[in-house]
Amino acid sequence: MRKLLSLTLLALAGSTAFAGGYRVSIQGQKQLAMGHTGVAVVNSAEVAFFNPAGMAYLDKKFNLSVGGSALFANTKFQENTFNTTAYTENVGTPFSVYATYRVTDWLTAGLAVYTPYGSSVEWDQNWQGAYLVNNIDLQAIFVQPSVSIRAGEHFSVGGGLIYATGSVNFNRNLYAANETFQVDNDPTDLTLDATGITAWGYNLGIMFNPSKKVRLGLNYRSEITMEARGGDATFNDVPVIAQSLLTNTTFDADLPLPAEVTTGLSVQLTDKWLVAFDYNYTLWSAYQSLDVKFDNGLPTSVNPRNYKNASTYRIGTQYKASEKFTVRAGYYFDESPVQDGYFAPETPRNDSNAFTGGLTYQLNDKFGIDLSFLYIHFDEIDNSYDYNANGRFAGTYKSVVFSPGIGITYGF
Amino acid sequence: MKNKFIYLAIIAAGFASCEPEFENPVSQDYSAGEADFSSYVAVGNSLTAGYMDGTVSRVGQTYSFPNLLAQQFALVGGGEFTQPSYADDVNNLGGLPLPGFNTRLIIDAAQGGPEPIAGTTTVTLAAQATAFNNMGVPGAKSFHLLAPGYGNPAGLAVGQANPYFVRHATSSTASVLGDAMSKNPTFFTNWIGANDVLSYATNGGAQADGNTPAADHNVTGNLNPATYGSNDITNANAFASVYSTIITTLTSNGAKGVVATVPSVTSIPYFTTVPYAPLSPTALGGATNINALNAQLYGPLDNIFTAYGEPNRVNLLSATAANPILIFDADATDRSAEITGALTPTLGAQVAAAFGAVFGKARQATAQDLVVLPARSVIGTPNASSPSTLININGVSYPMANRWVLTANEKAKVASATAAYNAAIISIANANDLAVADMNAILNQLVSGLRADNGTLYTANYFSGGTTEFQVLFSLDGVHPNARGYSVIANEILKVINNYYSARLPLLNPNNFPGISILPTN
Repeated sequence: MRKLLSLTLLALAGSTAFAGGYRVSIQGQKQLAMGHTGVAVVNSAEVAFFNPAGMAYLDKKFNLSVGGSALFANTKFQENTFNTTAYTENVGTPFSVYATYRVTDWLTAGLAVYTPYGSSVEWDQNWQGAYLVNNIDLQAIFVQPSVSIRAGEHFSVGGGLIYATGSVNFNRNLYAANETFQVDNDPTDLTLDATGITAWGYNLGIMFNPSKKVRLGLNYRSEITMEARGGDATFNDVPVIAQSLLTNTTFDADLPLPAEVTTGLSVQLTDKWLVAFDYNYTLWSAYQSLDVKFDNGLPTSVNPRNYKNASTYRIGTQYKASEKFTVRAGYYFDESPVQDGYFAPETPRNDSNAFTGGLTYQLNDKFGIDLSFLYIHFDEIDNSYDYNANGRFAGTYKSVVFSPGIGITYGF
Repeated sequence: MKNKFIYLAIIAAGFASCEPEFENPVSQDYSAGEADFSSYVAVGNSLTAGYMDGTVSRVGQTYSFPNLLAQQFALVGGGEFTQPSYADDVNNLGGLPLPGFNTRLIIDAAQGGPEPIAGTTTVTLAAQATAFNNMGVPGAKSFHLLAPGYGNPAGLAVGQANPYFVRHATSSTASVLGDAMSKNPTFFTNWIGANDVLSYATNGGAQADGNTPAADHNVTGNLNPATYGSNDITNANAFASVYSTIITTLTSNGAKGVVATVPSVTSIPYFTTVPYAPLSPTALGGATNINALNAQLYGPLDNIFTAYGEPNRVNLLSATAANPILIFDADATDRSAEITGALTPTLGAQVAAAFGAVFGKARQATAQDLVVLPARSVIGTPNASSPSTLININGVSYPMANRWVLTANEKAKVASATAAYNAAIISIANANDLAVADMNAILNQLVSGLRADNGTLYTANYFSGGTTEFQVLFSLDGVHPNARGYSVIANEILKVINNYYSARLPLLNPNNFPGISILPTN
């Protein structure tokens, strides 16, 4: 228990990573193992994220699920026109904490803390794409107090208010190569750093159980715009000639964490065997451009992103092999929101096929240990970012993502 | 059950160490095709030597296009590539310890204009007596490559030797081509010929004194380069004969290679930056000054030229639009006697004769004339050789000397010689089954904009401030590319090699090469 606690604390201190875009779909060990389905699955307190309406159908009065994953995201870049190769290895630690408490027969309260967005990519400083990004670390933690109200066995609604808190740290070179903007051959670069960004949103869901064996769910999580105001913009390696111009300053920038609609169903095929299907539609088109406004008169940095809305198709299953063991498996296809010509190395993600698995070892009626693993396969992709004044950045990307995770479930 | 956890842990470890792998790693993608780069030798002039910003410097030389090519050749079996040593250029100032060989040009942000970087050159003429893979010798004309003793220090004083070749010639009787052949080239680039016409062009068609017209030996028919003045245009037949010898020699051991054509002057900012009509009414000092100039100088000249059938040789200065500069045109009809005669009644015989001498071959520049880059620091300044301070402002009240303007006539000679050289280069290359990099065509694309392989649009513009610095491919001397420009040139040659010799070589990303040097102060 102490070990698990320290793991959780580690996760809180660490950063998160990876997504289709910068979405990180690791919001619970049990559901991740089932292809991250869950809008119509009532398994554990994790449902507070997937569909707060489902909290009301949990068997136990009190449910706690705590988990964390070690997310390894490795990306290779190459292009043969200029013979460029680059490699980045990143580790993120998404985590989640869910608790629910049945107040009365029809009302359940819950608290969810999770990390649905984040990105951590660190290329070698001054690599060939340095004018787009050297490194980025984007973190967001959502805290969501929720309630769920059920009307009998067939229908429930739920919702929660989301308090989001986040930070971003981003570094890139000002120019591709420039004899002027460098100090001792170290190119001038810019670090943007904003912490303590807060915003509000909400999560709403309904669940409908036409029979004891079938559940249908619908969930909507609102868009949350992280508005960085007065973040620190720091110029490094500024030549004397430009020091009066490139003064350290503050900046404003907005980063949308897009809304997501999920619908799905689960079917209890036998007493032991459950299958679930989810469909996510993420409204990524909110992310049109990353504009950084500087407060010292420097021109606004406009970085077109032009994301498109994207779908994810998920299937998952769990089989209760014995009183002690439950095994899970899943698959999903995750469509990238990044369009051709906007493929920037800060989120080098194309469409992916993810394979998940995991198991629960139930120590006793109250306490269980969850294990999960996630493997995401990306095809090689040839793409480019065409909207930087320094020139087009094109090449072939190949990513591999793997994430083992562990969690505990406690309930009575 | 315990075993299951162990298996899971093993699986997890396996995935965690799992690296993304490309189906076709880029490193296995390249090949030399039919070419053999084991001994690559580059012959040529300043463009091959990595000359930029008016000199060769230690760092600038590393961006020579042959050196950039050699880095790519190294991926497919290319051998060592050596260049003349500039280790003595400790502070990277360039220059040579000779008059007229300044340190490299930089932009002094405090002053604005390009100027030689402060400091004294540490480059010496000490003989390295070594043949290098880069045999580009700044200033060399076609026939110089064959000249024995072109690197003899004793020849410097009499203009028979080249200080750059003095630094590395293997002996006092060595020739550039002979030293090149001692490297037993398996592959070569040959970009020679530009100076056969460029020294004429950059000097505005004048000899070293700045006034006397230099000769076009396509007109004189003189086929003996040994008798040419330094700014003369080489006879095209003499050029072809020399070029043929160079190619026959370079291919004598079966080497393959690329030859490059001579760029035309209209694609070089040295000739296209300074406008022919820069004299705005404000620059001329306003209406009062313009009226005075018209009354005392432009009006009388206009009347005289018009009287002798040249109504537009000089026109009155406009008080509302920019005016062309006044130039000396060696090919103009000499009207000094007529001017003297016409002005004698008002100015007296002596002053009228002085006017006649100064303005006898004067005319206003037209859009067909090319004003050379250094003229911009001369226009509007007093001319010391003027007989009177009343008529001593260069380009305004005193004609710009011959050297500052490549007149339409002179430009036509340059164009016709360039075309003849390029015809010879291409035909000799074809006869010897060599690839041609048509640098003339490529640099001409810069006039309207050349879309480089990194997607950036580059132009032939001269540096005009920090905001356009990214698009600038030419160095501050206005003739030679900067490092970025040399990478674009190397790319064009790589594409020719890939195409002609079925090789597969990566290009260079111009983004990764610096442009202009801007210093806060000098």
